[in-house]
This record gives sequence, C-alpha cells and structure tokens, in this order.
Amino acid sequence: MSANGTAAPEGPKEFAFEPEYLERAKHIIAKYPPGKQASAVMPLLDLAQRQNDNWLPRVAMDYVADMLEMPRIRVYEVATFYTMYNLKPVGKHFVQVCTTTPCWLRGSDEVVKACERKLGIGLGETTPDGQFTVIEVECLGACVNAPMVQINDDYYEDLDGPSTEKLLDALARGERPVAGPVSGRQTSSPAGGLTSLKTPVPKSNSAQTASSTQGDD
Amino acid sequence: MLRDEDRIFTNLYGFEDFGLEAARARGDWDNTKDLILKGRDWIINETKESGLRGRGGAGFSTGLKWSFMPKQTGARPHYLVINADEGEPGTCKDRDLMRHDPHKLIEGCLIASFAIGANACYIYIRGEFYNEGSNLQRAIDEAYAAGLIGKNACGSGWDFDLYLHRGAGAYICGEETALIESLEGKKGQPRNKPPFPAQAGLYSCPTTVNNVESIAVVPTILRRGAAWFAGLGRPKNTGTKVFSISGHVNNPCNVEEEMGIPLKELIEKHAGGVRGGWDNLLAIIPGGSSVPLLPRSICDTVLMDFDSLRDQRSGLGTAAVIVMDKSTDVVKAIARLSKFYMHESCGQCTPCREGTGWMWRVMERMVQGKARIDEIDMLFDVTKEIEGHTICALGDAAAWPVQGLIRHFRPEMERRILQYTGTQRVAAE
Repeated sequence: MSANGTAAPEGPKEFAFEPEYLERAKHIIAKYPPGKQASAVMPLLDLAQRQNDNWLPRVAMDYVADMLEMPRIRVYEVATFYTMYNLKPVGKHFVQVCTTTPCWLRGSDEVVKACERKLGIGLGETTPDGQFTVIEVECLGACVNAPMVQINDDYYEDLDGPSTEKLLDALARGERPVAGPVSGRQTSSPAGGLTSLKTPVPKSNSAQTASSTQGDD
Repeated sequence: MLRDEDRIFTNLYGFEDFGLEAARARGDWDNTKDLILKGRDWIINETKESGLRGRGGAGFSTGLKWSFMPKQTGARPHYLVINADEGEPGTCKDRDLMRHDPHKLIEGCLIASFAIGANACYIYIRGEFYNEGSNLQRAIDEAYAAGLIGKNACGSGWDFDLYLHRGAGAYICGEETALIESLEGKKGQPRNKPPFPAQAGLYSCPTTVNNVESIAVVPTILRRGAAWFAGLGRPKNTGTKVFSISGHVNNPCNVEEEMGIPLKELIEKHAGGVRGGWDNLLAIIPGGSSVPLLPRSICDTVLMDFDSLRDQRSGLGTAAVIVMDKSTDVVKAIARLSKFYMHESCGQCTPCREGTGWMWRVMERMVQGKARIDEIDMLFDVTKEIEGHTICALGDAAAWPVQGLIRHFRPEMERRILQYTGTQRVAAE
C-alpha cells in the first residue's frame, strides 16, 4: 500500500490523450468485456503517465475516470494504491534501486551510495536540473542478477558501486546504455559457464527485447 | 542431475530468439490441435496423472484445480487468469519464461483454457516487467497472426482470446483474489474465500488462476506423456522445476532441475557453490522470502521439493533459494524482509496492517540488540497472532521468516541483547 506523494503538486490545468495515446487507450479498453471498462483503469493511468513526463497529475486521473465512466474517487484509490504511479514530478531518469534482501546480500548498499555520491542527492530526491530521481524500491524480481536498478523501463543488473557510477555517467551524457547485466553475462545464466543447456548452440540476437519507447499494447 | 533432453525450457537464458519460428523449432505448437481434440477430460486427467503441483508457491495439484470449474458453461463465461505478478523476493523464474520462451506459456494458455471451458484468458504481468511484457505481447500477436489463437484456434474449433494486462506495482496482487480485484480495476485487496474463484472469480464468473510456470509446462507434459513427468523427482513431488539461486553463491543463476534435487547439489552444480565454500554457509531461505530459513545443518541434506521442505518446517514456495554465508547479519537480513512485508501489506486486515509494522520496528531493535530477552518471546507470540488471522496469506508470509529466525538463531539474538546491555552498563559506569 503506497501513496508516494503528500501535498498535490502544481500540475497541468488540463489533460487529454494525444491522438496516438487515444488510439492505444481504445485498443486497451477493447480487451475487456462490454461494461467492464473499469478493468482498463491501470493501463490507462500508465498511458497518461507516459504522456505526462512520467508522473500522474490529478487532472489526468479525472480524465481517465470520465473516459471509463468511473467515479473519480475509485480512480484516486487505484492511483494511490499502486507504487508505479508517480503522484509528483520525477526526473528524466527515474532510478529505482532495489534494496530487498536478495539485492542487499549482494551489495545494494553500495549501489545506493554510488547514486547518492554521483548525483549529490538522497533517496526520494531529484537533482536540481530535473535529470535524475532516485528512490528505493522493493523486490523487482531479478534476484539472480542482484544488485540491480530499474531506470525508466529498463533493468540494469549485476551492479556494484563503480558500474553504477558508470551507468549514471552514461545517462548524464545522453546515452542509453544497453539494458541487462552490466557484467556481460547472458541474462540469468551462471557467470562461470553453462551448467545446463549445453547442447543447443547459442545463436544470435535473441536476448533483445522489443523497443520499450513505442509501447505495444 | 536432469539431462538436457528432459529440460522443458530449452531457451531459459535467451540464447535463441523468443519468436514463433524459433519456438516452433524448439517444439512448441507441434500438433496442438491433436492435443485439444483429445478432449477436456483427457487433458485434465493427464495433468493430474503427471503429478504437476502449482509452481506459484502453494503447490496445489494443477489438474485437480481445473476440475473444480463447472463442467458446463452456463450464462457466465469461464476465464483463465495467469498470475505473472512475480515479486516474491528471491524469485525471477517467470521473468525468463516470458521474455525468452513466451510461446510455451501461450500454447499452455490455449490448452488450459480449453480444458476449463474458457474462451478468454488474461495474463496479469507485473508492471515493472515492461520489456518482458513487450516480448510476450509480440509473441501473442504472432500467435494470432498464425491462427494459433483467436477464432478456431489451431483449427481445433475452439475460439480463444488471450490478453496481456499489466500491473502497476503491488506485491499483494500475486494473491489470486487480489489479482482478480486488480484486474477488475480496483485496489488489489484480497477477497474472502469462499466463494472460491472457480465459483465466482473475475467479473463474478468461474475463474481459474494459475502461475506462469504451471501453465507453460503443460504442453510438454501432454506431448511427452504424464508418465514422463511423473517419472522425474519423487512421488507427489514430480517433474522439473525452475530454481532461482541468489545471494552468496559464486554464480547466481536460474536453472531448470529435477524436483527433489538435494539443495547442496543444486548450489554446487549450478551456482558455483557457496562463496568461500560450503563450510562458510550460514543459512538458506529455500523457497522465496516467505518461507522460514534453514540453518546449515539442515541444508547439508535437505531435498528441494514440497514435502521434504515442509518436513523441515519450511517450504518449497517458489523454489527461490536465497543463500547467506557467514558474513551475513542474519537478523538484519530478516528485518529487511519484515520491512518488505510492512510495505506490501494492503492494509485491509488489522493484524497484518498493524502487525507487519510492529514486527519490523521490533526487528530493527533486535538488529542492534536494543531489547530485552523476553521480547524475543513476545515477538514470537505476535507472529502467532498474525499468522492465520488475516484474509490472505500475506500475514502468514510476514510471520514465518521471523519465526524461522527465532527458531534457528535465537542464541544470536540473545547474544546481541546481552552485548548491547553490556555496553550500556559500561557506559553508565
């Protein structure tokens, strides 16, 4: 249960989906049976957040409520219950450091320190230039690649202090580093060499994921 | 050790493409129509006979669960819902299945939906798995385009729609009724049972909720036969299982192994052993954060399956093995889990909402030793007041790690208290 904002920040006075987002919203609503359009509230709030620089102002919640013919309070309940809705502005690079036990055992304290040292901010804070926000999050489900961070839609894994600083440097330079384990190992396979699945020959570009900037549903 | 030819997830690490062509080359979608035409009863019976138990943590028979659905579809449609809200600390297996082998899951969804009379299925994936969801959506689109799902799926005569639904960050939505609430567009707060989802689930319709891995293994089981799957592992603990090995091992990894593999063998063969050697082992959480930890003495011999771990008063859970070597502050490791459960409590039931916060605060004092010895007993009593007194199992899940710590590491907790009291006394003098 989480409400990650307290006082409502100044946001836009109006909100409406841009044509491209509206198309995607219609596509999403069509996934659910007639009369059950409330099921689309979470993906629509996510769309609204993506259109609005990764945070969700109240006017956007109202817009989604009206679109789905839901009482606004039901939408506020959803927006404040789930942690991925940002109720206040966040930096361009939204850095979420996992510190739950599996990451902590592998040195997530060093990752947190590296973020604080490099960016000059503490957990829950945003750099004055609006480039970075760093927060602590609970288990992100990449425990065999711990410690890790999520930056916007991408996971960066097998981190330590220095590789975290390198990652932040690259982002600050405007680069988009390749997501995945920074150690260079293949996803969740053992770093010391394969212990299973030795028979099939590794082929090619399989580990690539679909472009996350486009969205696809 | 499991032979490669008995492994189901042959693209676990994503060396090969996840798309349809490569999936077909790996054997997916091979005569799916024939499997469907063998009928519901055959599919459910084969799944029962295989001994498959749910891979999401509870370990309930998958085939038996399906048989709870009404035999005939009435006015209310049936639904299959896939629980892909993977978030149990230590667990990251479904992530690999979805990003690297999504067609196994999609084919399983079709077959399982047919078996329970559902023409529609929703896959509820945790929101943070954005790229994993994108791979899965691409695979769903491919399956539609190839006529494998949709109207007259695989030419079987069965109409089947499959939808991806993204969550937005709430561990509790891994609980099946909370997941259903969330899918209906509400806060993810668990429902009282009964009614069970098979009677009234999604939109109050008959619903089965299954874990990703449980469904993704079904097509292979049906192709190779229930006897093949049942021949792996031990009686009532059959088949293969994807294990996640994290923490203080030399090579953390996911790996598919035979159910019932000795814990020590699992770690030494696949994860490069405990950091500093087996003798440097302090404790292991064998099945995701919710199950009680095991001290080294038990880890030496315990087998990794439902019944062996239950006999040691722990559990297989999600088969996420979290290893802690002797450098670990074990009290702090468990206190961090208490913080996790406090954060993730949905707030609905008082014992959990208040109890998880209370346990965390006391655990933080226990880390420092700022407590009285009798407070250890009080802490244990409070865990017992939470366990079993809430709508869902999150309360139990929060209580068990603390109980495990007290059961196996009480001397360490007492040592800290005595040490802290000692330093206070010295400071006072």
